[in-house]
Amino acid sequence: MRAFYFYVSSILVGGLFFAFARWLGNDYLFFAGYTVLQFVVLATAWNILGGYCGYVNFGSAAFFAMGAYSSVALHKLAAGVDRYFPESLVGFAKLILPLNIPTLIIFGGIVSGLVGLGTGYLTLRLRGAFFAIATLALAVVLQTLIVNWDFVGGSRGAYIIRPGEVPILGSYIQYLFLVMLVLAVVALAAARIIEQSRLGYGFATIRDDEMAAEACGVPTLKLKLIATTMSGALMGMAGAPFPYYIGYLEPSSAFGLAYAVNSIAMPMIGGTTSWVGPLVGALLLGIIQQIATVTISSAINLLIVGLLLVGFVIVAPKGIIGLVQDFMRERASDKGQPTWRSRLAIFANMRPGAR
Amino acid sequence: MSVELLINAIIAGLLLGGFYAAVTVGVSISFGILDIVNIAHPAFIILGSYIAYIVNQTLGVDPILTAIIVLPGFYALGMVVYQVYYQSFEKRGQDALRGLAFFFGLLFVTEVLLILVFGVDYRYVQAAYIEYTWHFGFMDIPFRMLIPCVMSLLMVGLLQLYLSRTFTGRAIMAVSQDQLALQLMAADPIKIKRTAFAISIATASLAGAFLIVIQPVEPSVGREYIGRVFAICVLGGLQSLPGTVIAAMLLGVVESLTATFSGPSWAPAVSFGFLLLTLAFRPAGLLGR
Repeated sequence: MRAFYFYVSSILVGGLFFAFARWLGNDYLFFAGYTVLQFVVLATAWNILGGYCGYVNFGSAAFFAMGAYSSVALHKLAAGVDRYFPESLVGFAKLILPLNIPTLIIFGGIVSGLVGLGTGYLTLRLRGAFFAIATLALAVVLQTLIVNWDFVGGSRGAYIIRPGEVPILGSYIQYLFLVMLVLAVVALAAARIIEQSRLGYGFATIRDDEMAAEACGVPTLKLKLIATTMSGALMGMAGAPFPYYIGYLEPSSAFGLAYAVNSIAMPMIGGTTSWVGPLVGALLLGIIQQIATVTISSAINLLIVGLLLVGFVIVAPKGIIGLVQDFMRERASDKGQPTWRSRLAIFANMRPGAR
Repeated sequence: MSVELLINAIIAGLLLGGFYAAVTVGVSISFGILDIVNIAHPAFIILGSYIAYIVNQTLGVDPILTAIIVLPGFYALGMVVYQVYYQSFEKRGQDALRGLAFFFGLLFVTEVLLILVFGVDYRYVQAAYIEYTWHFGFMDIPFRMLIPCVMSLLMVGLLQLYLSRTFTGRAIMAVSQDQLALQLMAADPIKIKRTAFAISIATASLAGAFLIVIQPVEPSVGREYIGRVFAICVLGGLQSLPGTVIAAMLLGVVESLTATFSGPSWAPAVSFGFLLLTLAFRPAGLLGR
């Protein structure tokens, strides 16, 4: 029943925003909303590996960019059907190309998922820190490959001419917004399902004590590979429509540090233990950044994100969700929940010297 | 492929490797010995570069001399960073995930602050020896590479002496292995770790000065060094400074050969590819136990 409420309310909220923005007739709201939703997907994807398993991925930008560049490659392929296909296949290729956005999203997801699987296979058997460093390295290796790959524009970048109109909706950006909205709901639903499933409990055992989990027979490597692949695939899916949104894609913008930082900062600030955390973090930070970009400057908003990340990690390690839960527990003192006083007693008993 | 070009590329690679040793030695101490994954180390190096740049521009002081003068400042900065890290992560026992995010945040904040203050223009320094080059027949040895290389090998040598000969140095080597034993030897493990981390940040001051002598610097250059630094550190076997020097030289030569024979745009992929391969096939490093 709760799942039903979740789907109904998320579709309702998204639909209301869409109707409101259409009623205002301001396309900027769709552009801004698209970016925020894209961060919801990225943050949720990061959290599947980072929050549930406890493995830090610094290479979100790489997975995102792989999704975006798989779209660019397919777009270029469609533009030059006669050049790239043998005579006999041209007719068939023209039939399926150019692909529509949902198909591109699936392709982007597959490409990034495979990249995630490969990286995970190479490095997940080592300590967590090595995986984190390897993902940082992965971003640079992939960026160098893209810079040197002329077919997708190399370092000059690639122009994507998007269709001006779509049937029913009219404006193309509204269509992109709707696609991203659906993707965000899918990502959140996936995170929710994982969390409540056996898979999620497996992930949590890895996060809490990997050695003990391994000893108890949890197939840790397999679970970690599943998490990396899913997380990577979702990031790639978030990236796939990006070239159509931005119109001009170059390696340094697709691999921008902002994606890596935001996809870490948003779950960390929101709270990493449940699917609500990344959602709250992404909405909050995403909206703050949209406002700051318009009113102050885009460099300042990155500074805000960085400082918030450092601050939250030090002061409130459980994020906003953790703070709210602590506050609620305070209020529920007369319902037999642990009170501040009882917790103080526990705290006193657990102080370092008392052992 | 002419022999002269090959030899020159190898010489350039060795000189570059000497400099890489200075860049990596800090991480070898913090990550290799103390097990603190300080991915913000390159940001401190860039900070060192910018301090050398400011002093060089305003007072005309030699960048490397500046770095030696500000060493105590970096040492103090290192102590502060470690204290924050210890209080908020190590003591609470959640250093893995949040500690990484903390250092990542530091890296990012430093970079953005430098961009806000100095912009994204490339900055360089002036010193008498930068323009000078020795020629031996067909071999060229530019001083802007030679001096950082020599100074950095000197620094790593002194650190190695310190770590192997003094009581504090040996305590630093021991702290990650057995804290209790260290306490029985009347040394406070936290204090030892703080000293070691402060030393690792202090090396960033010198490495930063070397960097800006070798090439013009802008705030995001630091990110290129993350992969290099960790590649060298892991390849060198994490804890061993001689291993670090050997790995640095190796990477320097491979990078220089790649830049000479297949174009400089491929150079970043070399170090990171090295890192991925090392992690995949030889995670204990070249001289691994």
